[in-house]
Amino acid sequence: MAFLQAAAKRANSFTGKPSRLPYLLLLPGLAFLSIFFILPILNLAATSTQSPAASGEIGSYVQTFQFSNYVNAFLESREQFARSFIYATLATLLALAISYPLAYAIAFKSGRWKNLLVVLVVAPFFTSFLLRTIAWKQILGENGPVVGPLRALHLIGPQTTLTASAFAVVTGMTYNFLPFMTLPLYASLDRIDPRTLEAAGDLYANGFTTFRKVTFPLSLPGVVAGTLLTFIPAAGDYVNAAILGNPSTKMVGNVIDSRFFRIVDYPTAAALSFMLMAAILILITVYIRRSGTEELI
Amino acid sequence: MADASTSSRGDLKLTRITKSYSDFNAVDDLSLTIKEGSFFALLGPSGCGKTTTLRMIAGLEEPTAGSIHIGTTDITTMKPYQRPVNTVFQNYALFPHLSIYENIAFGLRRRGIKDVKSAVDKALDLVELPHLADRKPNQLSGGQQQRIALARAIINRPALLLLDEPLGALDLKLRRQMQIELKWIQKEVGLTFVHVTHDQEEAMTMADTVALMHDGKIEQMGSPADLYDNPKSVFVANFLGQSNLIDGKIVDSDGDNFVVDLFGQKVSVLKSRSSAKDASVLFGIRPEKLRIQPSDADKPGNVLTGGRIVDVSYIGVSTQYQVEMPWGQEIMVFEQNDDGIPPLAKGDGVRLSWEPIFSFALDGHEDATAGSEVEVSE
Repeated sequence: MAFLQAAAKRANSFTGKPSRLPYLLLLPGLAFLSIFFILPILNLAATSTQSPAASGEIGSYVQTFQFSNYVNAFLESREQFARSFIYATLATLLALAISYPLAYAIAFKSGRWKNLLVVLVVAPFFTSFLLRTIAWKQILGENGPVVGPLRALHLIGPQTTLTASAFAVVTGMTYNFLPFMTLPLYASLDRIDPRTLEAAGDLYANGFTTFRKVTFPLSLPGVVAGTLLTFIPAAGDYVNAAILGNPSTKMVGNVIDSRFFRIVDYPTAAALSFMLMAAILILITVYIRRSGTEELI
Repeated sequence: MADASTSSRGDLKLTRITKSYSDFNAVDDLSLTIKEGSFFALLGPSGCGKTTTLRMIAGLEEPTAGSIHIGTTDITTMKPYQRPVNTVFQNYALFPHLSIYENIAFGLRRRGIKDVKSAVDKALDLVELPHLADRKPNQLSGGQQQRIALARAIINRPALLLLDEPLGALDLKLRRQMQIELKWIQKEVGLTFVHVTHDQEEAMTMADTVALMHDGKIEQMGSPADLYDNPKSVFVANFLGQSNLIDGKIVDSDGDNFVVDLFGQKVSVLKSRSSAKDASVLFGIRPEKLRIQPSDADKPGNVLTGGRIVDVSYIGVSTQYQVEMPWGQEIMVFEQNDDGIPPLAKGDGVRLSWEPIFSFALDGHEDATAGSEVEVSE
């Protein structure tokens, strides 16, 4: 809030009296967040410590501050938790490996095609997320263009299938979140003044050293933003696992989904949601600290 | 890593360098030798090819034709990082993610040189900013960034230091101060400086030798005084300072002088100051070389009579007059305010006189306005 006070103070120096304008401008946003974010979160927190009502009616719970819900929920789904983070990490790393060269080429080598290429990166967003995910089922399926050649090259056995596997889930997530990685990377690479790269060459750095010492460090904000924008939704994702996976590739998102909507076990679902949120928050805090880019975010 | 910085020293030699783009030649068959240890300025309006020339020397552009040597080493096709050349970029191009210390140490570290610390400290002392070592570039003022960019280049002791409009982003006062400092630093470190600028005053204050470029070619090269006093073309006469150019005809030869007829009045010009191809000349005289007197005065030397003052501007150190001559042309005169005599008034009839050695004669077939209206916006 320091910036608000500073803004208010600055307004003071012009008018001579305290200005309420910055606070008034903030009001609609605050109201929206209170009603649609803070209240639901509190409600979720309350739900997470409830236990079944004495009546035994399905879906009816009362508040008993039963914190053991958290322990039980974790013990029951730790496998899915671990899988969520492993899959999300893999998808993030793959997306980074694919996006960095892509973003680099668009930013530095594409000339007049630059804007068109950026549009192409975003273009998949014009079709539905679900549809794109289902399409991967076809692509990786028995009659798709991937399995045949891989079998012909003996890279996979004749009986091996690619659908309904961890591979398909990670592939789907990588694909679906690719633009979230590419756009921030492109934005930070595009912002680099080409003259700083020329200066590095002028100061005895060859192409690779220039990349290592100048280009990459200057693109770090994009790397951090891209990995966060990919990792956070990927860790909570359940659509890819549901459509492209099998029962043994279930992620925590799938567990929450079934607890909420199929078993109507609200307290467990709420406890799982909170744990997922906490785990992601802790991970990204450590990550941002380690990457030394606090000031850049 | 290839490190030519210690092995090749000597004069920089550009031989018949051309840089062509699809529809024009940015640099056109340019040959040039820059003496080791000199302060050389490439001067010209924007688009004249001076920056392209600099970038080819730095290795940031490849010449379409021609060769570049430092001493006996051919550097034409060397990568920028292999050349014993460092550049101070126009907008400094400091590395925003590195501290000032690491910015300056960058070149040394890339070449694996030991004892970085004492060299960086010395470079920071040279530009008088030792207290800023731990800052980031964006915490520095423009003038400070400029000095750091200079330190970052100089620390490598290149055979050649290239400066691409290094003072362009500074305000006038700071620019004047940095001009003096740059000159001093160049003497101090004894490196060859090649300075690209569109500011004629900057080029003339700092450089030993100035090459004035125009349309990808060198129009004239020489000491600042030589270029100013003895321009060989209308472009040079108008780009460096101001000139009065009057249509005339050479009518006679008298010892070392030509006698020139200017609308019926006879004046003289040194033959060594004439680049006329035939009798038709543009007779040139700088405004500050003219003396202005009431029409009844009698002074020896070259004289033009029949002028009438149409405008007077008093600007402190001098007074500027616009004098209309009998043939309709307006002549500019700068008169020092050093004699206690009150300035003449608008409408006064006057005569103009000057020492014959101050005038020059140019080819009369050239466009008398060439070079006079370029670069007004900068």
